[in-house]
Amino acid sequence: MAEAHNLQDLQHQAAVASKVYVQRDYNSGTICRFQTKFPSELEARVDRQQFEETMQTLNNLYAEAEKIGGKSYLEGCLACMTAYTIFLCMETHYEKVLKKIARFIKEQNEKIYAPLGLLLTDPIERGLRVVSFTVPEAHTNKGCFPNATIIPLYVPWALVKSSAL
Amino acid sequence: MSAVMMTRKVRKWEKLPGKNTFCCDGRVMMARQKGVFYLTLFLIVGTCSLFFAFECPYLAIHLSPAIPVFAILLFFFVMAMLLRTSFSDPGVLPRALPEEATFIEMEIEATNGNVPAGQRPPPRIRNVQINGQIVKLKYCYTCKIFRPPRASHCSICDNCVDRFDHHCPWVGNCVGKRNYRYFYLFTLSLSLLTIYIFTFNIVHVVMRSVNSGFVKTLQDTPGTYPFMLVCFFTLWSVVGLTGFHTYLISLNQTTNEDIKGSWSGKNRVQNPYSHKNIINNCCEVLCGPAYPSVLDRRGLMRDDLSVPTSALSIVPGLCLQLESSYGAMFPLQKTTAPLIPNEHTPDDAKPSMADSAIAHAEKRSPSPREEKLPTLPKSSPTPTKVPPLASPETDAEASIIAKDKAL
Repeated sequence: MAEAHNLQDLQHQAAVASKVYVQRDYNSGTICRFQTKFPSELEARVDRQQFEETMQTLNNLYAEAEKIGGKSYLEGCLACMTAYTIFLCMETHYEKVLKKIARFIKEQNEKIYAPLGLLLTDPIERGLRVVSFTVPEAHTNKGCFPNATIIPLYVPWALVKSSAL
Repeated sequence: MSAVMMTRKVRKWEKLPGKNTFCCDGRVMMARQKGVFYLTLFLIVGTCSLFFAFECPYLAIHLSPAIPVFAILLFFFVMAMLLRTSFSDPGVLPRALPEEATFIEMEIEATNGNVPAGQRPPPRIRNVQINGQIVKLKYCYTCKIFRPPRASHCSICDNCVDRFDHHCPWVGNCVGKRNYRYFYLFTLSLSLLTIYIFTFNIVHVVMRSVNSGFVKTLQDTPGTYPFMLVCFFTLWSVVGLTGFHTYLISLNQTTNEDIKGSWSGKNRVQNPYSHKNIINNCCEVLCGPAYPSVLDRRGLMRDDLSVPTSALSIVPGLCLQLESSYGAMFPLQKTTAPLIPNEHTPDDAKPSMADSAIAHAEKRSPSPREEKLPTLPKSSPTPTKVPPLASPETDAEASIIAKDKAL
């Protein structure tokens, strides 16, 4: 529970933090694959091998999702015969793997990156174009008062407190 | 009079930029101009209805009942493919968030260095190597991203679409990575349906003529001739289109690439996406995985809208609910100054139209609008200008004191 809260706090702080982007690797075509090259901005923050392991696992998961083989042919043929109405009730193989990827990213954040103060965002949120690591900035006075336009407004807690008194 | 920003939950499709229309609470996604799509529907449904009404009874009795049955199955398949192509997300790429856009801009400036005054900056291109060939990725000024390979920006829908083929007005949508196979199956099945109907039309006329004579046949079945003409003309165009797309699929090319001549000519790069094998190319395009939409149209997001503080007295419960659901305490902010347009949370696509409308209204005329209900997002600007982060606590306390006095 505390970990979930930590994750939420990090997500809130994401707006005032800097981001490191890992781009797509197009060397093997348009299949979904991200670069495993270690970005210099993360040099001091995370272990190189850990980063490469995360990226490699992500790449493997996407390769599994996009694999063209017997299973995908079967799924395609069955769907075609039913005029693709079967996708209204059934989840596609890709969607199943995407859920797996979401769980993997959440687990990586909880176990590895949140303790280091980083947040790994799911690339599906950015259209499968980039994987971003949120690096929170150094804690300054300016950081304590977030910009009005970023943080939505709420009725101040003083109102609640005054009613409680 | 100050205003309070309140948030409400909306579906993400309501805040998506681009010129699409959405139906069924974000489940259906189409282009804005749907007139030609309705024409397509009318032609297909009309032609098939006439066939079923006038020809099928005769053919079922005199030839075989399987004829209308197969026609019905084919008709349903055509309609399913058409609706699937028209209603699905073609593979739209979401626009870059401000942080990413800024990061890309910085990267571009770092690459280009200092451009002397009066000179045009170099075009924004990123070179990548794909299967041993150098491919240029262009920068999209609208979406603020470097387009992935084979993606293109559709000016009609105002979106970047992955593996963009073309914008088809007949289906009222773009044809891209996600709906290309449905589009192809639609044209293929429509060709088959048109040929089928046309053939059995002729068979029907011939059979009747053998029995009763040609002129009498024409008098007996006047309904067949309008749609025979339609069939005849659509046959050539649809069959031609199917043939063209079959050719493109066998080479693993898109219509966009074919028109631009990206992979043709001696000096140009050879198509790096082709497997050099027709069967492999066809399998990849038609039997590949069903790509998911990256747009998340039906996800929920927070929408900020400002409410005059006088309206708060009628929604006390809402304030407490907001307080408990978000758990964070932030001071009241005056919305008199124009909102800074580029900063918002990762959840938001961009500042809502309401906010920019407010900013506009404030710039033009400071007319008081305190009596408006919370649903109407208009703030009440004061004559004095206040910086956005100035003395939020005094404002909060002032409003609390005012409220306590009112109660």
